[in-house]
Amino acid sequence: MSSETTENRSFSKIEKKEFEMLVAKNMRRAYYSALGLLGSHDAAMDLSQEAFIRAYKNYDKFDERRNFFSWYYKILKNLCLNFIRDKKRRKEEPILEYRNDELENENPQETVEKNELTELIQEALSELEFEEREIIVLREFEDYSYNEIADMLNIPAGTVMSRLYYARKKLAGKLKRMMI
Amino acid sequence: MNERFIVLIEKYFAKELSDKEKSELETLLNDNPKLKEEFEEQKRVKEVLTKMKLKNPSREVWDGYWMGVYNRIERGIAWILISIGAIIFFAYASIEAVNSFIKDTQTPPLVKIGIGILIFGILVLLFSLIREKFFITKRDKYKEVQR
Repeated sequence: MSSETTENRSFSKIEKKEFEMLVAKNMRRAYYSALGLLGSHDAAMDLSQEAFIRAYKNYDKFDERRNFFSWYYKILKNLCLNFIRDKKRRKEEPILEYRNDELENENPQETVEKNELTELIQEALSELEFEEREIIVLREFEDYSYNEIADMLNIPAGTVMSRLYYARKKLAGKLKRMMI
Repeated sequence: MNERFIVLIEKYFAKELSDKEKSELETLLNDNPKLKEEFEEQKRVKEVLTKMKLKNPSREVWDGYWMGVYNRIERGIAWILISIGAIIFFAYASIEAVNSFIKDTQTPPLVKIGIGILIFGILVLLFSLIREKFFITKRDKYKEVQR
């Protein structure tokens, strides 16, 4: 049994302190997953918090033998899908940046080039279908394993691999087109 | 695309290839220039993506995160209590209003009937709107499907 799991209890019996710990443990990946899917800090903050509230209210439906975040992610994903459906023409903010170790000892010219590439990648990402973008965010930015993603998305690990492969291929095509 | 090839390159990226799988991948790449090209393309995208991460928000965001969740749960409970109180209050007020309206001898019966029909119509309209919002929308299996 993982540290996130405890004996079976209903919503009314889950302690505030215990839920606070669950939120503290999962809030960063919740926020980053939402940020990758939505492209907006405010929306990611709002929806990741809303998903925690729904998880709290429906805690009695959570099978505690399973991983909390996988269950939570399904709630979050539904909220994100609804948000995207309702705001088709949303404007995205810059949500990507270079990892810190990539920024050391670089000159201004390199910084400009990196910023341009970051913008291009974000634009290409935003043009992907939701499922393609989702798999890229989970694997490439959030570093989840194939099995963890399979559990979160309720699909076999083999499907995760092929979805990822085709998403990367599509991304490569879009980047090529943008760079020409 | 060859499913086995996809599994092998994903395992390659995850550094999970066994020696046997490593030589299997090498054979595939050496025998098929198209696959080699695909592999190089995947590698390039992977390398670029590996260098990036999602932007960190400020530290204060994490400090206030739990309070944001907690405040919203608390406010949700407050709204439920306010709603229950309001329903009881307005139900009582409505019953009292209807009673005094029926007992009122000064209003002509025709006006009373007209007001009764008007209120009934509003109630039917409200019921229909509420049913559409909470009943039909919840049963739409495809509401989350991007059309």
